[in-house]
Amino acid sequence: MTIQQGIFYIFSFLTVLSASMVILSKNSVRALLFLVLTFVSMAGLWMLLESEFLSITLVLVYVGAVMVLFLFVVMMLDVELASVHEGFTRYLPLGFCIAVLIVVGLVYAVGPKNFGLESVPIPAPHPVDFSNIERLGIILYTRFIYPFELAGVLLLSAIISAISLTFRQRRENNKAPDPHSQVKALKEERLRLVKMETRK
Amino acid sequence: MFDYFITLVWIVIKILAIIVSLFLIAAYLSLAERRFIGFMQDRIGPNRVGPYGLLQPIADGLKLFLKEIIIPTRANQYLFVIAPVLSIGPALAAWAVIPFDQGLVLANINIGLLYLLAMTSLAIYGVVIAGWASNSKYAFLGSLRSAAQIVSYEIAMGFAIIGVVLAAGSMNLTEIVLAQQGGLFHWFWLPLLPLFVVYWISAVAETNRLPFDVAEGESEIVAGFHVEYSGIAFSIFFLSEYANMTLVSVLSVIMFLGGWLSPFEGIPVLSTWFNWVPGIVWLMLKVSFFLFLFLWLRATFPRYRYDQIMRLGWKVFIPITLIWIVVIAIALKVNIAPWFSNT
Repeated sequence: MTIQQGIFYIFSFLTVLSASMVILSKNSVRALLFLVLTFVSMAGLWMLLESEFLSITLVLVYVGAVMVLFLFVVMMLDVELASVHEGFTRYLPLGFCIAVLIVVGLVYAVGPKNFGLESVPIPAPHPVDFSNIERLGIILYTRFIYPFELAGVLLLSAIISAISLTFRQRRENNKAPDPHSQVKALKEERLRLVKMETRK
Repeated sequence: MFDYFITLVWIVIKILAIIVSLFLIAAYLSLAERRFIGFMQDRIGPNRVGPYGLLQPIADGLKLFLKEIIIPTRANQYLFVIAPVLSIGPALAAWAVIPFDQGLVLANINIGLLYLLAMTSLAIYGVVIAGWASNSKYAFLGSLRSAAQIVSYEIAMGFAIIGVVLAAGSMNLTEIVLAQQGGLFHWFWLPLLPLFVVYWISAVAETNRLPFDVAEGESEIVAGFHVEYSGIAFSIFFLSEYANMTLVSVLSVIMFLGGWLSPFEGIPVLSTWFNWVPGIVWLMLKVSFFLFLFLWLRATFPRYRYDQIMRLGWKVFIPITLIWIVVIAIALKVNIAPWFSNT
């Protein structure tokens, strides 16, 4: 077994373990932290696939920002554990059927027939100075420029609509301080320096 | 197999060298902080243990080491213990890609800057989990404040770093330093001045230092997220805070002040006089300046109000960085000398 294989098995074991702990753990905060661990170990797997940019971006965006906001919300929830596990036996048959369907679909789609070594041979490893980001940048801004820009516009409109949904007009007798007037305040208006004689 | 073993041993030795010196820096930074702020506030500060109080950090460390770790009742025990580990882990891991001199780097990877950004963004988990697991209102408030603050300032910080990547044309830290060759005025602090200022202030906010230390805020929420921690568990939070301070100082030196490059480069007589000085000395001198700035800021400014912190991050810094990225892109396109003439 080469070192790469060893690293692969460690990370894939971690991924499967933590992904199952996400749905098995009873505490919602702990489930979320296992989800974070899943992301981190997936990033390790992506690193093995020589896609270091995507791997680090996964850690940066999902682990460093999105999951923090999730954690922020989940920590403030007061979830009753009993109510979470209430419908477990009732929905078990349906859930089992769906799980079997998904597994069958996955095996059919990415099983050895389509993704075996015969149909997809192992790509030759890139040289050490191969820059993943450069390649990604070139292809994003040439071949995929329209989808890329469209995705950007879509995200921008999502930002604007989210802000406009939560934006509220200031009420009439609002006592909250207005930062603009505070920033404009000068030292001369508020402060009087007095020179005093020193006394024993 | 034996070759692998030798490489492994060498890497472990290098890691140990970095971590031990980092812990020493953190310990003596705490002493420097107390002494300097003491002088700024017209008092003496700790001067009893050893000459000039030089043994004070060791005495403090020993004291914290021997104290009992108290885990509050109804605290989430696993997470309570894991939180300090999550806090110090990324703070140390980030040092892997820092170049201390030409070639003096543990892992010279070509996405070094991105890796650093990812590692510093992980540091927040320690704070948030510590606050939640302690089962204390004050700790929880501190961690909520810290989460919102760090996520907000990360955006401005990321944009500032994009400007540096644009100017240097690389994410490799060694190449970023080499792109600034040619003396004091070739360093990126001048063409990227707004980004430099934004980066530095966001770095202070990211490390939860004054005047942005609402996560701790002694006068409002006692000590914030680590109020329930005692003994060595508390000192690990303390160490990771100081390691992070050193890290962001080193990063600002590498990105904006030419890393290990000599400030006398390109000046006829002085450059030959100071030729013998190793690069790491210049790096350390520049880093010391930023570390001093941390202490200076702490002694000078009152704590920001929370809404003012948010306003500064979202409404001031992000627009500034966005505009300056466009300016840099144009400057690159028209090859403004001397910074962008050769690209």
